[in-house]
Amino acid sequence: MSVARYWREIPRRYRLEAGKCSNCGYIAFPHRLVCPECGSRKFEDYRLKDTGKIVSFTTIEVGPTEFSDQVPYNVGIIELGDEVRITAQIADADPKDIKIGGKVKLEFRKIQQDGHAGVIKYGYKAVLV
Amino acid sequence: MREVAIIGVGLMKWGELWKKSFRDIFVEAALNSIDDAGVERIDSMYIGCMSGGLFTGQEHIGSIMADYLGQKHIPAARVESACASGGLAVKMGFLEVASGMSDIVLVGGVEKMTDVDGGGATAALATAADQEYEVYNGITFPGLYAMIARAHMDKYGTKREHLADVAVKNHSNGLHNPNAQFQMKISREDVLNSVMVASPLRILDCSPITDGAAAMILCDLETAKRISKKMPVRILGIGHASDTIALHNRKDLTTLNSTVKAAQDAYKMSGVKPSDIDVAEVHDCFTIAEIVASEDVGFFEKGEGGCAVSDGRTQIGGQIPINPSGGLKSKGHPVGATGVAQVIEIVEQLRGNAKERQVENAKTGLTQNMGGSGGSSIIHILKGEE
Repeated sequence: MSVARYWREIPRRYRLEAGKCSNCGYIAFPHRLVCPECGSRKFEDYRLKDTGKIVSFTTIEVGPTEFSDQVPYNVGIIELGDEVRITAQIADADPKDIKIGGKVKLEFRKIQQDGHAGVIKYGYKAVLV
Repeated sequence: MREVAIIGVGLMKWGELWKKSFRDIFVEAALNSIDDAGVERIDSMYIGCMSGGLFTGQEHIGSIMADYLGQKHIPAARVESACASGGLAVKMGFLEVASGMSDIVLVGGVEKMTDVDGGGATAALATAADQEYEVYNGITFPGLYAMIARAHMDKYGTKREHLADVAVKNHSNGLHNPNAQFQMKISREDVLNSVMVASPLRILDCSPITDGAAAMILCDLETAKRISKKMPVRILGIGHASDTIALHNRKDLTTLNSTVKAAQDAYKMSGVKPSDIDVAEVHDCFTIAEIVASEDVGFFEKGEGGCAVSDGRTQIGGQIPINPSGGLKSKGHPVGATGVAQVIEIVEQLRGNAKERQVENAKTGLTQNMGGSGGSSIIHILKGEE
């Protein structure tokens, strides 16, 4: 992954920065230029809630090359407190303890790295609470 | 708009075709369709291909395929909508003929997936998901459909066995398809004991990596009636819809909104309803996808799709036979070719030419082709022209 491609997403991945539609309140994560609900082009800065619940989940046994050293690992769709949904790993959890509706909070974690000399990539992972 | 008919179809044996190149497999299927139609010229061509660039390093696919097909200077374009690229090519061919831009159009689909290793193929396929906000965090396509499966099981009580029965049925149908990649009978126990890929989905819930191509010849109905030696098959209706490509942005994981919308549009255009459909090919990239799609095109109430499979309602001879070809599961899933091959199976069924897998009295058929985790869907409704 090029440095620019990684760097430009840092506000979202490190700090959960989103946009809130000034007209209808829709929260866009990542940010958007136009609101998919009302068509407004005005957004205010908004920071996502960092707690939520599990909508669905899986345990990846066969992973992409970048994640092959992490298998098996859990991934879920998480609905945060402000009803925004994201895809994130559910870290440090026994799959038996993961339930739909289970509560989680987001933590800042290392996600993957490009080989031994490439970009080390960070972002959010969920942990059970 | 002119009425449009399919007058020739061409397939080839799908599989891991190490001896054959990207261009060879396309030309093989295309020549078969030209021979089947008995046409001497092609006015233009559309090819569905998801990612020639990532799978083989080759782009500019319309022109290279037209050249190797010996069709000098015809307009030729590659179209892409991830795993629905083939269905999109059919739609584009339809529009080309319906509008009067061309009279005889070749519509094809092709994917050469085994020139890269498993990791390369996984990465290429993953481009159909949101790279920055899904794939970045480690999700895979089996993982996305696994989350759909778990949500469907949680909401509707769909059972693990229901998923397995989709694979069992489709492999049973595929035994009778000489072009299928995996002609093998499997049992429910085989599926339930196969290697876990992304819980609850196992390897036998997944469609394979496949090299393959498919092609057909479209022309206006009047010309079709004049020149076609076989029964022309009319494209009665088309529905084409998009949705968020990130699964997490959908309110309900158990419904494929793009399929629901495309089906509504296709039924409206064709003037038929779900109960009029005699045979269907749906996009079973994973077993759960067939269950969800069978509900979303209107064959079953939401939540009934799993029971319907296990009760035999979707087998050949059942209430609505689904995937008599063997589906993506048994036939293989060369992503760009899949949508075209689905239409070809319906053409063979409506012609009464499907031999051991023939659905009795099939007059009207439907195909549902889907991109990614449902970010795009294309539905065709077809009818034999007596």
